[in-house]
Order: sequence, then structure tokens, then C-alpha cells
Amino acid sequence: MSRKIGDVILDLQNISLRFGGVKALTDISFDIREHEVRAIIGPNGAGKSSMLNVINGVYHPQEGKIFYRGAERKKMEPHMAASTGIARTFQNIALFKGMSVLDNIMTGRTLKMKSNMLLQAMWFGPAQKEELAHRRKVEEIIDFLEIQHIRKTPVGRLPYGLQKRVDLGRALAMEPQILLLDEPMAGMNVEEKQDMCRFILDVNDQFGTTIVLIEHDMGEGMDISDRVVVLDYGKKIGDGLPDEVRSSPEVIKAYLGAGH
Amino acid sequence: MLYRENGQFKTTYAADQQIFTIAQDKWFVLGIVAFAFLAVPMLADEYMFRAILIPFLILSLAALGVNLLVGYCGQITLGAGAFMAVGAYAAYNFLIRIDGMPLIGALLLGGLTSAGMGILFGIPSLRVRGLYLAVATLAAQFFCDWAFLRIKWFTNDSSSGSVSVSDLSVFGWVIDSPAEKYLFCLGFIVVFAVIAKNMTRATIGRQWMAIRDMDVAAEVIGIRPMYAKLSAFAVSSFFVGVAGALWGFVHLGSWEPAAFSVDRSFQLLFMVIIGGLGSILGSFVGAAFIVILPIFLNQFLPALGGLLGLHISTAAVSHAELIIFGSLIVFFLIVEPHGLARLWAIAKEKLRLWPFPH
Amino acid sequence: MGFFIETLIGGLMAGMLYSLVALGFVLIFKSSGVFNFAQGAMVLFAALAMARFSEWANAALGGNSLFLANLIAFVGAGATMWLVAWAVERFVLRKLVNQEGATLLMVTLGITYILEGVGQTIFGSEIYNIDVGMPKEPVMMFESLFEGGILINKEDFIAALIAALLVGLLTLFFQKTPVGRALRAVADDHQAALSIGIPLNRIWVIVWLVAGVVALVAGIIWGSKLGVQFSLATVALRALPVVILGGLTSVPGAIVGGLIIGVGEKLSEVYLGPMVGGGIEIWFAYVLALVVLLFRPQGLFGEKIINRV
Repeated sequence: MSRKIGDVILDLQNISLRFGGVKALTDISFDIREHEVRAIIGPNGAGKSSMLNVINGVYHPQEGKIFYRGAERKKMEPHMAASTGIARTFQNIALFKGMSVLDNIMTGRTLKMKSNMLLQAMWFGPAQKEELAHRRKVEEIIDFLEIQHIRKTPVGRLPYGLQKRVDLGRALAMEPQILLLDEPMAGMNVEEKQDMCRFILDVNDQFGTTIVLIEHDMGEGMDISDRVVVLDYGKKIGDGLPDEVRSSPEVIKAYLGAGH
Repeated sequence: MLYRENGQFKTTYAADQQIFTIAQDKWFVLGIVAFAFLAVPMLADEYMFRAILIPFLILSLAALGVNLLVGYCGQITLGAGAFMAVGAYAAYNFLIRIDGMPLIGALLLGGLTSAGMGILFGIPSLRVRGLYLAVATLAAQFFCDWAFLRIKWFTNDSSSGSVSVSDLSVFGWVIDSPAEKYLFCLGFIVVFAVIAKNMTRATIGRQWMAIRDMDVAAEVIGIRPMYAKLSAFAVSSFFVGVAGALWGFVHLGSWEPAAFSVDRSFQLLFMVIIGGLGSILGSFVGAAFIVILPIFLNQFLPALGGLLGLHISTAAVSHAELIIFGSLIVFFLIVEPHGLARLWAIAKEKLRLWPFPH
Repeated sequence: MGFFIETLIGGLMAGMLYSLVALGFVLIFKSSGVFNFAQGAMVLFAALAMARFSEWANAALGGNSLFLANLIAFVGAGATMWLVAWAVERFVLRKLVNQEGATLLMVTLGITYILEGVGQTIFGSEIYNIDVGMPKEPVMMFESLFEGGILINKEDFIAALIAALLVGLLTLFFQKTPVGRALRAVADDHQAALSIGIPLNRIWVIVWLVAGVVALVAGIIWGSKLGVQFSLATVALRALPVVILGGLTSVPGAIVGGLIIGVGEKLSEVYLGPMVGGGIEIWFAYVLALVVLLFRPQGLFGEKIINRV
């Protein structure tokens, strides 16, 4: 691949997360480099989604430190993480059901829209101009994801595969530095998976966006990744290049059981 | 003219973001507004103005405000009546305590005060969700009921507890006759409806809807829940507050706290449900329905009884009204949870493709 | 000191009744996810039925046996509440499976209106009496402990006792009987309960019937004290902060919440009321509940809500 992998952009050190007595994550450390595609894989219940939730501020780990571009990150709420350039998609698709595809993706521009409420109420001057400028940007994303034909459709009516695409579109509208993808290929057929892989690689390639993606099996996700972290029962059991991870005895044990 | 959009191509995004993207819609609505301003004042009689048109307009405005909060932002409120009361009493106090306060100024300041109260009572929404929040909004209702009854300062120490406003005038135009009152309210409602429409198609409206549909996802893409929710409370309460002030000043003339009781809050909520949650048009349809239904039943039921040789007392009518009212609410929620406005939208969608639906 | 304790006990007794109504809320909410705004209308409806049935039965019996008339009326009113429960399930709940909480809440507002209308059409809209032979005279207690003793209304005392008994019975019913177990299963997960063969529809009828009976008892107690009239329907509004305070899904929460609100109302009215002009019991409970919610959004005993994404 042509793109250059840069310095560490996000560094997670000794992260531990508990819900009451349940340990979701135990002492996990790994880093993410700029422009790379980083996969987090692990069986169900390994703590992958929790990890993502820690990165974008939905959950607050009890222990551990997070460094973002070299500076230690304070405890933060999701919308603050968003304003530092972290976007994500959701495993169970968390689109805004009552809104059209266009409006859903437009919400991704929220942080970039500055005109005040009064002007919006009048639909006047800067507010209208801003709305149009962002509409143009959103249309680019719609073109990129090849969903022009459904832009005015309420998302609730779309099939699963297209909803996933809209979900990606909404995250892309934020023009993120880091894009977190929660099982982007789960529940898709082969064709849809191929499309999704292509979009992910294109995003990474064209915009240089750093990508962190979660998969629960060692499949497509791993094939398009530069480096892979493997979690099992909330602990890290592997970290490295896809081939290294694939051949690691511990990882094989976690996936296939001790008997093999 | 057929309801068709053939040949109406949009070549700019600005054109695609108009309020009415189909020309027929635009002319239809403009036609109705023109009719309301020009023809209605000549056609309607005093009873029409007093009993139907003025209450309809003012309650539409209040319903619009409630719809912004409940329908667009997804925060249930059972305390809208309290914010009408705040608007009315605040406007009243601004009017009588500040010399030379113009009428419109007092009304808008009443709305602003109500917006402030809205923010205050909206704070729990940051922590509390759904049904818990709905009950929490009742706190606003009962507190305001009590405050306007017991704290004499608000009512300018009037001995009867009721306050009154007379001699309404704007820039020398004395608003006196029912037709003038009607036009005054109509002016307000048209401006506010346009404002509501603008907000709901701008980023603030999208933020509200995002919070309504999936609050966690909204936060993750950078929407601040505090800003989105409190702004919805503020704007909604502003609308409701202005409506309350109009209700007191223009419709009632003199009023007591009972005019804004918890029943009023429920009534506003019903308008929004029956009309359609998350629909500007729905607020009007719902308000019309709920203003007209009791009047209709009052005329119709005794007439029906007379036809069958029965005498139906006023008490029986009011009970029948309750039953029919309740049944309709249940019926609508079961059959069409999106309200009358949705039926209208479906009809339009069908019409656009008629007679070839595929 | 004597006066304080008198107020306290008065509050506890009023609170017991709040607990009873709140329990009706919690039962319905737990089993069907419906926040039943119509609970107050059910109290009115049940009390109206009881009052009129008793009147009619008494007339039919020639005024000889008030006890028998009341018994007939109680059975009749219970049957009426069963009819209400059946109708609610058959015509409303069944059609609204899997709807959002807000929709269900608003439906119960509709049911409220229907019950108020139907109740007054059938049973009339005047003020009626329920006379179940509750003693009205006050008794003096603990004269040896406090100077002047403590004045307790016998009627209140018996009412509180009945309420406490019913609360205890319901808790037992919920915890120990097979039906109760099924109810709890339904409350946890509709789908799972259905899949193991629990008849959802019948469970809902039972729950609404139980809530109806609770409403009937509350209606009788309040009705015999204040007379049966339209204002009984607003009783539910008084009990709402109780459920919010205790937590929508918690039976102990309803009980403790009811007691806290009962005591809080009385104490605030007596000690705080005069300072601000009185009448504060209208909003005191709500504001108290609101403050608690700010610190514990799920109420005192409610289950913690965890956001999953």
C-alpha cells in the first residue's frame, strides 16, 4: 500500500474497566498509529465494544491512561471525544430512525456548523449559506458511498446493508482523525462485505483516516488491517501483524479451544 | 391542476432545501394563508371568532411549542399549561409594571420568561429520561399552579386572585373587535410557524431529532445533549409562553390560574398526539380537532337525542365528550401513532403516483 | 414533641394509602411496561361502583343489612374492575404490544377519560357516600408517654392497617405464588416469558385486575372519608411522585416512597407551610421526588439504567 503510516496517534496504557464486580477489561495496553488500519478481534464477550466505548468516552475506565497525540486525555464525554476528531459506527446500527438518509448524514456535520440559533430560526444569511455549504460536503459523501438514490428515504425503511453504509456516512461526515468501526461487516452477505471493505480501504487511502475496526472472527477484518490486537475475556492475548497473530498459539487456543 | 411534480427540476441545493419542494404544496399553503388573512375576517361572525377561530389559533401556537419539545426532541412534557401560565403572568407584570411597555414587547418578554423557566425545569432532563421525566414536568405544573394562586405579587395583589388586561393596541392600532383580535393572533401564528419550520430543517432541529431517536449515538457524533435538550425546552417554552400570554390577553381578557391547569397541559399533549408528533402541520390539525370536537358534540348530541326522542342533559354531553375523547386518543395511538398529519402525508404520496402506483 | 409525633403518625397513615396506590402503578408497570395514568380514574370508577352498588343493594334488601349490602357491592365492584381489566387488555394492550413507553403512557391518559366518562354516565356524577361502618371518633394514645397524649383518628388507623395488610398480601402474592412468579417473568422479558408458555394476555388481565382491586380498596377508604366524587380521580396525581421517588419497578420502593411522601407532606405543611402561605402539599411531593431524581435518576430503589451501545 502506498500510504505512509505515521506516529502513534492514540496510546492506551493499562486500561481496566469494571461494571460493579464484573471486569470488562483488565490491564490492556496498545497503541494506534496515524493512517493505519488497526483491528481489534476477539470472541463474543471479549471486551471489544467496551474498548471502543472507552476510546470515544462512553465508558470511563477505572484505571489506565489514554494519550491522544502525545497529551494525556482527561476523563471525557462522548461529544468531547467527537470534537477531538474521533468518530464511530455502531454494531447494532444506531441511526436516527425518524430522519432521512440525508438528514442523518447532515447530523455528522453538527460540530462544524457554527451559526447561531436565531439566524437558523430566520433561515437567513450566514445560516442558510452554511447549510448549503455543508449540504455540498454531505453530497460528496453520498456520492462516495453510492447511495444517491436513497438520500430522501427515511432510514428505517432501508435494508440492513444500506443502513450500515449510512452509518458509515454519518461518521465520515465528521471528517474524523480516527474512525472507530464496530463490526462493520457483521450480518452482511459476501457482496456487501466486499463493498464495505472497499469503502473502508478507500476512506483510509483517500482521506488518510486512521481506522480502528472490531471483528469477532479472524476474517475479512484482519485481511485489510495493518496490525491486529486480540482480546479474550477482557485481556490482551495478542498484538502484531495479521500473520503473526494468526499463528500465535495463544490466539489459536482462544479461538479453537484447548483441544486443538 | 393535478398534484404532480413532473418537470419541476431542482438545479441547486438551495432549491432542494425550500420549505415546500413541490410547487403545488407551496401555492396551496400560500392560498390558505391568504384566505385566512383576507376572506375569513369578512366571512366569520362573532361567535366563530370567539369560540373557534381565536382559541384555535392560540392553541395551535401552544401545540406547536409542545410539538417542538415532544415530537422533535422526544422529551415528554405534562407541564405545558404551567408555561402558558408563566407566559401570561409574566407578560401581565411586564405590561403593568413598566410604563410605556408596548403590547408586543410584553408578549415576547412573557415568552422569554417562560423560556427561562423552561430551561430551569428542563435541567432534570439531563439526568432523567422518559417516564420519570414526564412526571418530573408535572412538578412545574403544580408549582406554578400554587405560585400564581398564593404569591400575591404575581397578580398585583388583586383581591379576587384574577387579573385582567384591557385596551390592547399596537402602534396605534386598537385591537378591539373579534376580527381584529383574530388577525392579531393570526399574524403571530404565521410568523411562529415559519420560525418553527426553519428551526426543524436547520442543524438545531436535526440535533433535537437525533437526541429523540438515539441519544447515545447523537452524543457520539458530537451533539451536546445539554445544549440540544435545553434549547428545545427553551424554544418550546417560548412558544408556549407567548401562546399563554395571548390566551390571557386576547382570548380571555381576565383570568385565574385555573385557566392553565393540568387539564390544559394534557389537552396540549393530546393535540400533538392526535395531530402528529414531529409535524408542524400536525400541531394545527390537532388543535383544530380538539377545539372543534367539544363544540360539535355539544350541538350534535342533543340534536341526535332529540331525533331519538331522548333528552340529553349537559352533564351527559360532557360525559359523552370524555368517552369519545378518550376513545379517539386510544384509537389514534393504536391505528396511527403518527397522527392525522401522517394520513395526510400518505394521501399525498399516493396522489403523486396516482393512477400508476408502481 | 407530642404534636410532632402526632403529625408524623398522621403522615405515616396517609403514606400507607399512597403506598397502596403506588403499588398498583408498580405492578402494572413491571408486568406490562405501562405507566398507568388511569390508576386515579380506576380509584374513582371503583369507588363509584362500590357506592352505588351498596346503595342499590341496600334498597333491594330493604335497608336491613348494611353489611350484606356492602359485601354484595364489594363483589360487584370487584367484578366491574375485572371487566375493566379485561376490556383494557382486549381492546388496548393487545394492540399495543412492543410500543414505546411514551405511547403507552398517553394511551392510559385516554383510558382515564373513558373511565371518567363511563363511570359518571353509569353511576352518576353527584357526591355519594360509602358507609362501611368505619369508626369516626378519635382516640387518645400514649397519654403516659407524652403530655397531652397523641390524638389519632380511628378511621385513619384502621385504613392504614388495611392498606398495610393489602401491601403485605400483594408482596406475598408476587413473591410466593406461581402466578406471581409468572408475573415477574413477564416483567423481566416478554418474549422469553411467552416462549416458555406463559400466557401474556391472561397475565395482563390479572395484573390490571389486581390493580383494580387495589384501586377499589383505596377508593373505599378515601370514599368513606371524603365522599365519592370526581376529585378522587386526582388521587393518582398525588401518588405519582411516590412511584418516581421509590423507583418504577420496585415494590419496596412504592411502600417506602409512599411513607416518605406521606410524612414529608404532613411535616412540610405543618412546619414549612405557614412560612410561604400554605397549600404547599400540592407540589411538595413533586419537588421532593425531583430532587431525589437529580441524584438517583432511577429512584431510590429502581434498577440502575446502563446505556449499552
